[in-house]
Amino acid sequence: MKKRSIVPYGPQHPVLPEPIHLDLVIEDEKIVEAIPSVGFIHRGLENLVQKRDFNQMAYVAERVCGICSFGHGFGYCEAIEDIMDIEVPDRAKYLRTIWFELSRMHSHFLWLGLLADGFGFENLFYQCWRIREKILDVLELTTGGRVIFSVNKVGGVMKDITPEMAGAILDMLASVKKELKAIVPAFTQDYSVKSRLVGVGVLTKQQAHDLGCAGPFARASGIQTDMRKLGYAAYGDLDFDVITSNDGDSYARCVVRINEIFQSISIIEQAIEKMPDGELAAVVKGNPQGESFIRIEQPRGEAIYYVSANGSPHLDRMRVRTPTFANLAGLCETLKGADYADVGLLILTIDPCISCTER
Amino acid sequence: MFEIKRSPWVLHYDGSSCNGCDIEVLACLTPVYDAERFGIINTGDPMQADILLITGGINSQNAPVVKQLYDQMPRPKVVCAVGVCACTGGIFKDCYNILGGADTVIPVDIYVPGCAARPQAIIDGIVKAVDLFEKRLEEHKQWVAEHENREKTDKSAAAKQPQKAQQPAGETAKAQSQNSAQRRSKNAKGRKTAKRRKK
Ligand code: SF4
Repeated sequence: MKKRSIVPYGPQHPVLPEPIHLDLVIEDEKIVEAIPSVGFIHRGLENLVQKRDFNQMAYVAERVCGICSFGHGFGYCEAIEDIMDIEVPDRAKYLRTIWFELSRMHSHFLWLGLLADGFGFENLFYQCWRIREKILDVLELTTGGRVIFSVNKVGGVMKDITPEMAGAILDMLASVKKELKAIVPAFTQDYSVKSRLVGVGVLTKQQAHDLGCAGPFARASGIQTDMRKLGYAAYGDLDFDVITSNDGDSYARCVVRINEIFQSISIIEQAIEKMPDGELAAVVKGNPQGESFIRIEQPRGEAIYYVSANGSPHLDRMRVRTPTFANLAGLCETLKGADYADVGLLILTIDPCISCTER
Repeated sequence: MFEIKRSPWVLHYDGSSCNGCDIEVLACLTPVYDAERFGIINTGDPMQADILLITGGINSQNAPVVKQLYDQMPRPKVVCAVGVCACTGGIFKDCYNILGGADTVIPVDIYVPGCAARPQAIIDGIVKAVDLFEKRLEEHKQWVAEHENREKTDKSAAAKQPQKAQQPAGETAKAQSQNSAQRRSKNAKGRKTAKRRKK
């Protein structure tokens, strides 16, 4: 038997934006096993339901994660609305859809940039983040915040998108589309980039299914999973397909996410066109009682929100199952047999969001 | 504004933040905000870092990590807490696993408020940190110079060790040092007298 050694990886590491610790068992340069240990960002915010009432919890839920913040606030509000049988006005549904897709776009651009940084293409990293700033500008214009928006509330939304703002969004989408098209070849056709991505970290469809992977990570392995197809918010009225690929390697994950950005652009354009007039929020009376289970599609995959209420302002329990948690098992599988030098890149390809996972 | 003379290296660590402040710190380093024009550069290695940007509060799991990072940084060092989480614990202050802001385990020099902290505020914090780093560096240089002087005198005292060795053992260290001090002054007197004699 060859000599085995254990290399600790993280929690503080140059390629990792967030702390996660992996113990890598390696034989020569090959990974035999990866053992993750988590808990560096655990705050225990689910427990705050005992100290904050259900309206205030919307803001806490938003801070589960700063990258997919809109989705978390949205998922929580959907769950409470489901319990209380609140009919959210149509305009609010469309607004939520628009903001959700904008935050998906900025999250995917962020990921593309980090990926480029991961394989050492600094220029591409800066290009992605420069384009991302345009999306953040529009988010700031419409919601007032760059990463934490606080526009969701139980019953609807707090801010409106005026026709001028809608115009600004459409302008931004057109220019982002153009600029993204210009940088796509760098990801998909560049010889050296391809040598880092193609065939690296393959996860087969069967493995992805068995390990319960979610989101773009699973879609890149050929699994048709997209919670938006459940038709929550305004997604039922809009036309879009589930983007998948059958290769299951890092390259496929990159291509799937790039295509999802184009998809988001088209969804927002449709939503702005179809958006009806009307109220922004329904009136909320009383306290919730009962329990609810909501599934939504975050930029990183399927997230599940469970809320249990007892008729008082304070909930009994809130629980979030985040996509990164589902994908960690898949990550450990893809790491087996990989080169040590690819570890950082492979961790990035699941688009880890540790602060969601640990809350 | 002050004059930038050096390029301090920045280490960024995510305590238990929600990522919001985290990505804003990264956004500061990208071309739109370009904090690198103040001479800083982002590094992943604490041993080479001068300024620590910390986001998020402290919990029992990451407290030793943060402490270790701080200890590994060479002196002088500046710590900048970004976001209300790192300042006080913020929205998570009441959570059972949050001990408080970054200053519960390491000394913090600059507090950047905001949830999430805006890039403009973060840049302001970085500029202040760079300024403070310059000052600390001057102090540190003085300290090093004093220290070296003291070492030199200690060494010259150590050079006269053979005389000391003749003294009976069992004397306390204090007495020894007093003795050596007396001897030094005696020697000085002797030298003076020698000089006078030459005259
Ligand atoms: S201050 Fe706000 S945005 Fe920043 S890490 Fe804390 S909760 Fe997140």
